[in-house]
Amino acid sequence: MAEATQTDQALPVGSEGKRSGGWWGVVALIVTEGSLFGYLLFSYFYLASQTEQHWPPEGLPNLLMPGVNTVLLLTSSVFVWASERCIQRKQMPWSLASMALAFILGVCFVVIQLHEWSIKTYDMTTNLYGSLYFTITGFHMLHVIVGLIILLLLLLWIALGYFDDRRYAAVTIGGLYWHFVDMVWLFVFTSLYLTPYLY
Amino acid sequence: MTDVVQSSPDLKLSRIPEVGTSPIGSTAEIRLSELWESAPGWRGWLSTVDHKEIGLRYLVTAFIFLLMGGVEALIMRLQLARPDQTLLTPEQYNQLFTMHGVTMIFLYSLPVLSGFSNYLWPLMLGSRDMAFPRLNALSYWIFLFAGIFLYASFPLGEAPNAGWFNYVPFAGLEYNTGPNIDVYALGMVLLGISTTVGAINFIVTLFRMRAPGMSIDRVPILVWGTLTASVANIFAVPSVSLAFFLLWLDRQIGTHFFDVVNGGKPLLWQHLFWMFGHPWVYAVVLPAMGIVSDALPTFCRRPLVGYSAVALSTMATMLLGFGVWIHHMFAAGLPTLALSFFGAASMVISIPSAVAVFSWIATIWLGRPVFNTPFLFFAGFVILFVIGGLSGVMTAAVPLDFQLNETYFIVAHLHYVLLGINVFPVIGGIYYWFPKFFGRMMNETLGKWSFWVMFIGFNLGFFPMHLAGLLGMPRRIYTYAPHMGWSTVNMVTSVGSFVFAAGILIFLVNFFMSLKRGAFASPNPWDAPTLEWATPSPPPAYNFAVIPFVASRHPLWEDRLDEGAGRSSLEQGYLLMEGRETIGTTPLDAKPDIILKMPDDSYTPFFLGLFSALAFTGLLLHWPGFTLLMALACSLSLMVWMWPRKDLVQRVPDSKQDKGAAHG
Repeated sequence: MAEATQTDQALPVGSEGKRSGGWWGVVALIVTEGSLFGYLLFSYFYLASQTEQHWPPEGLPNLLMPGVNTVLLLTSSVFVWASERCIQRKQMPWSLASMALAFILGVCFVVIQLHEWSIKTYDMTTNLYGSLYFTITGFHMLHVIVGLIILLLLLLWIALGYFDDRRYAAVTIGGLYWHFVDMVWLFVFTSLYLTPYLY
Repeated sequence: MTDVVQSSPDLKLSRIPEVGTSPIGSTAEIRLSELWESAPGWRGWLSTVDHKEIGLRYLVTAFIFLLMGGVEALIMRLQLARPDQTLLTPEQYNQLFTMHGVTMIFLYSLPVLSGFSNYLWPLMLGSRDMAFPRLNALSYWIFLFAGIFLYASFPLGEAPNAGWFNYVPFAGLEYNTGPNIDVYALGMVLLGISTTVGAINFIVTLFRMRAPGMSIDRVPILVWGTLTASVANIFAVPSVSLAFFLLWLDRQIGTHFFDVVNGGKPLLWQHLFWMFGHPWVYAVVLPAMGIVSDALPTFCRRPLVGYSAVALSTMATMLLGFGVWIHHMFAAGLPTLALSFFGAASMVISIPSAVAVFSWIATIWLGRPVFNTPFLFFAGFVILFVIGGLSGVMTAAVPLDFQLNETYFIVAHLHYVLLGINVFPVIGGIYYWFPKFFGRMMNETLGKWSFWVMFIGFNLGFFPMHLAGLLGMPRRIYTYAPHMGWSTVNMVTSVGSFVFAAGILIFLVNFFMSLKRGAFASPNPWDAPTLEWATPSPPPAYNFAVIPFVASRHPLWEDRLDEGAGRSSLEQGYLLMEGRETIGTTPLDAKPDIILKMPDDSYTPFFLGLFSALAFTGLLLHWPGFTLLMALACSLSLMVWMWPRKDLVQRVPDSKQDKGAAHG
């Protein structure tokens, strides 16, 4: 027998936190989805760098509401993190409340973003900028909606008492995905709202 | 046995894995079979998550696509055999060469390698399944449905017709009004899902599912190849999926990404396509090179020369492969600086490729080769790789590429590379692992015939294409005039292609005859070194009765090589039979880390795949309501799939209420 292999240690069974297959799977999913956003932003900058149109067509973007929205989204990530911490400390009601708050903040983001869309004077077929703006923010919106469904499921599962301080891999994994959705918004926000101020 | 466990909640959350033996016929072994075998009949067929079953399905499906793409090629060769032929109309010819490319590149070359890897990885790594068995099934179903989707418009005469790299503006709505390109665009996005989830499965499997002791420097080269390809795929596939999605938006919604009049750029398509396309080229050859690196040494009766060098060169090839995409666009009018850089980078790739070639040659040179069929295919591959590589270095030179761009020289190069590095190792690999797959040997005489006929036919068919290209014959023309001086080379090419097809036919005859009447195979008929040969032929549903402990790179050759510190333990190991279980190990050292609960068979992957395909069908046919319904069905399937289960210990066990507090 290979002496390097210890056979007398107790090992966790099943989906245990970052040792679970699911955690690794979502990390890989994030890599590939991150690449997708990378290619989206590449397309944006590639076309922006060669355009002869007004960019963006309405002039420099107003940063107030998108800025508030960014803060909302990042705050919701903090509450997802807090929800997981509460499970680790066996404070299940706090975990539940924290997750609920994260979900609500996410919904607020969606509502504000929909409002942002509605006040644009163009749509995705009007001009090249519109095509890019609505495709990129649309892709992100889709990810937020998927993320919100995940948060809702986590909320339900926590409420059903599926998890305790020993077993809560789903919260770690689902939470990681939500953090990704929020992180990627920073890149979208920087590209679409901040970089126009640079030129 | 499960009842014993349920009585103690501690054992549910962590336990010391039992070590023991479980010889065939023992109660333990019978229990394992019951746990892992799929239900008989159509239920098991639809719900199985057994990686061996899925691997074989991948191989068979991909091979059927190879035959379809081959028939398309033969029809084109009939048309081109002589000048001024009228067998095909130009539009039919366009659809044929497009579908030939799409089929061979997307529906055959990677899926067939996924088939090998799906079947072989857990066996080579000493595991009982892949990391995500259900995801594995999903990956196959979506591949199958995407293949059917891409072919659905073919019988209607509306197949994709803008070439496999589908350049805009020709692929845009203005010049291509039918459903042809929409089928291609949506089909590729669908297929991309299959490729991506398959790649994620391979990556996590490599890092988590190896037998204890199989540290990262002890995995077979095929595993390195498929790992490298999979990592590349998760970075590269989003690019092409996005490109096709943007094209579909342009065509159906009216966006302007590639629309020149409104500021869109056709070159964006080329960038997005080739940023994916070039890494993909390596994704479809590196695992095949891995097949050779693992199987060739068996027939040279010695370990591969330069294991680490080959493993590193595999990864180096891919890393460089991300920085060469512009060599597909040399003639697109890009700045000279970019051309020089990408030309140089393309030439640098010959260094890691040469490392691999010299290591194969050295393995043959220093070994005692046994000249049977698989060896012939692998040795033939080395020759074809060198020829294909050489024409690759030639076209990496920008001035020469200006001359050769869009001629038959390129067609010759890419066929030498793709058939030489993919098809020959694949056929050789089937000869090699056939005994493991089906428990019988393939016929050696027919095998040698199939190799020589294929090898001669291939060179007769494709070598003259170099000449046709140098004589200035452009690719993708449906016919040519008699006085162009291309008549002889084209006739020779057509004859060669039919000889090659005859070789494939001999292989198929051999395959089916051997399936019925081949000699029974022992567990290790070739006396090979790697773990898959430690299992019976064919392997039982659970793969390994006990999870082995691995002490070296060649567990079955340890007695004569004496390379490891100790001896691998194949008879005695982890029993792990309280439900479907296998061991999870640490990513690099492969120390036991966790007892993984593996899912039972499930219909969910089939239905998720089916609903996804139907959602894409809805998009194609402009049925928004139906598409929405199917998207909803997909979400519901995913929820059923992801719902935390007690039997996988994703939730806290039942007895938590009475014992929970004591565990803090």
